[in-house]
Amino acid sequence: MKQDYIIDIQHLSKSFGGVKVLDDVSFYVRRGEFVTLLGPSGCGKTTLLRQIAGFIAPDEGQILLEGRDISGIPPYQRPLNTVFQRYALFPHLDVYDNIAFGLKLQKVPEKEIEKRVKKMLKLVSMTDYEDRSVESLSGGQQQRVAIARALVNYPKVLLLDEPLAALDLKMRKDMQLEIKEIHREMGITFIYVTHDQEEALTLSDTIVVLNEGRIQQIGTPTDIYNEPCNSFVADFIGESTILNGTMIRDRRVEFMGHGFDCVDEGFGENVPVDVVVRPEDVYIMNRLEGAQFSGTVKSCIFKGVHYEMFVETDTGYELMVQDYNAFEPGSQVGLLIRPDDIQVMRKERTCNTIEGIMADETHVEMLGATFECLPQEGLAAGDKVRATVNFKDVELLDHQEDGTLAGEVHFLIYKGNHYHLTVLTDDGDRLWVDTNDIWDKGDLVGINIAPAGIKLEKCDE
Amino acid sequence: MKKVLAKCYLWLLLAMLYAPLVFIAIFSFTESKVMGNWTGFSTKLYANLFTGNMNSGNGLISAVENTLIIALIAAAVSTIMGTIAAIGIYNLKGRKKQAMQFLNNIPMINPDIITGVSLFLLFVFLGVSQGYVTVVLAHITFCTPYVVLSVLPKLSQMNPNIYEAALDLGATPAQALRKVLVPELRPGMISGFILAFTMSLDDFAVTFFTRGTIGLDTLSTFIYTDARKGGLTPELRPLMTLIFLIVLILLVVINVRQEKAKKTVKSR
Repeated sequence: MKQDYIIDIQHLSKSFGGVKVLDDVSFYVRRGEFVTLLGPSGCGKTTLLRQIAGFIAPDEGQILLEGRDISGIPPYQRPLNTVFQRYALFPHLDVYDNIAFGLKLQKVPEKEIEKRVKKMLKLVSMTDYEDRSVESLSGGQQQRVAIARALVNYPKVLLLDEPLAALDLKMRKDMQLEIKEIHREMGITFIYVTHDQEEALTLSDTIVVLNEGRIQQIGTPTDIYNEPCNSFVADFIGESTILNGTMIRDRRVEFMGHGFDCVDEGFGENVPVDVVVRPEDVYIMNRLEGAQFSGTVKSCIFKGVHYEMFVETDTGYELMVQDYNAFEPGSQVGLLIRPDDIQVMRKERTCNTIEGIMADETHVEMLGATFECLPQEGLAAGDKVRATVNFKDVELLDHQEDGTLAGEVHFLIYKGNHYHLTVLTDDGDRLWVDTNDIWDKGDLVGINIAPAGIKLEKCDE
Repeated sequence: MKKVLAKCYLWLLLAMLYAPLVFIAIFSFTESKVMGNWTGFSTKLYANLFTGNMNSGNGLISAVENTLIIALIAAAVSTIMGTIAAIGIYNLKGRKKQAMQFLNNIPMINPDIITGVSLFLLFVFLGVSQGYVTVVLAHITFCTPYVVLSVLPKLSQMNPNIYEAALDLGATPAQALRKVLVPELRPGMISGFILAFTMSLDDFAVTFFTRGTIGLDTLSTFIYTDARKGGLTPELRPLMTLIFLIVLILLVVINVRQEKAKKTVKSR
């Protein structure tokens, strides 16, 4: 049923100044669907939306609208309309003329324009505001006018670029419901860009999670929340504890030093995996009988509806737990996780794999620097090698100049008893590091690897 | 005591600034040929100015006409060119933008006499016969940077998405320019036009070097040659008084309008 896809994005790539902003992005949008592009700032979501709108041309790939490639068509000829982040209303026109702008260009008869503008004003609950200057309106009202101005042209797809980012929390919540209502009423396809995961979960039929220019996962809000496919998605959507585990066999996984029943199959036996546990899925109780493992409450914070507690387990892991009941810090508690609340994910990697060239018997050139390694037999200078370095063998230093390499902490996840960091080197390579030290995103670090930590093997040409 | 001194200082400054103007206004109401001789009250000079019945013939009137026409053409053309240039500079990034803004500023700081002489040499080199056209071209040249300078801030105040919003709603780039960008930039363009107009009115050095030998005179070159011929034409006195009054009225009107605009913004 290919004709059901109103928008079909195929292998889209885009670079700005040598930096890849979008990397081979493909997905489709069904007619009438509400699709959200979700990701942290700088993930490429706005670039993607601007390419669909026609403000940026893609380097590679195609954008199909109802099966027709529109990549070469200028924005003013695309039957799409955009709601911009900072409204972008025309200050010299009043509310009526702002909304009528598109229709007047199309030379729609004056009477028809008036009818449609009035209808739109009613849809966004702004009747009687026709003659107001747009600068006299509040942020929320301006956003309504912007939505009306785009929708009055009956676009095939409405593109919304973080339309609620500039509003305060209460107003944002109200507008979310209204946008959903407008979508239902108009039946137009919406593509919505946001970095707010809650907004995405509330509004969307389908969520496309983006990070660093690549699609991480596509799915319904419940899919994305309950079955994140990698640790980035699990960490980005909702609260979660991500832990290293081992899939012992089908339906049996081990993590935090305990064995648990789960519902996942097909990973193989004794395979390292990532395990995601949502804090609201951990059962916490005063007694120890019936519990799978025990722990000590470290802290307890009231969050309105529930309490948020950090529990140190008997095996030394820290676990976030949400419950309606408060448990005093210091108290012994029993804990239980049900099989279908355990989400098992394949690990993207279990160690760093780096290509390099032997400089001499005890040095290898890789990542744009020379590292000392143990004396290698059978490897001569100039040989191409593949180095494997365990996450915990990469050492991070406070000062960039102390390291063999300099880098920046790019992404980090707490894994219950240690941090898992993604470090971006100055040359743009990525290294993954396990550490007990606390680093922040954006920290500048020196990077060292001990000679014993580098395992080399000759790699075939 | 301090207050009195401060006030005296202020009045002294104002007197120094305005005494020459008051002086010329007073002596515009007497018929004397030589400045400074009061030969009794008369409005004959004003009458002469409007009937064209002057000793110096039609030179003065045609000089005034030339001045106004050249200023209008130069201001209009440089407003269009300067606005387009400003949009171009605004859309440049980083270093290039800084370089262009710097290059735009140099002709404004450059002494007029150098601009005049170099334009003269350029026209001679290109073999362009000098006259009306070269004067207008020269005036456009030195007026355009002022327009760029007054339009650029309007561009940076503008929401950068509104041009894209217009395209998105179906406007071609030309329509978006006309229906969205120009109305947004209009205040900057108007002040750029006024600035260019006054710069052109005021200019002597550039006009003097680019007018050639066909006897084209603007007000400033007319006064210069007139003064060298021996004494100023008496009718210049009422003319200058009138120009001063017109400028004064214009300034008052602009100020009042600005005050009004501020009040309406505040009351919103």
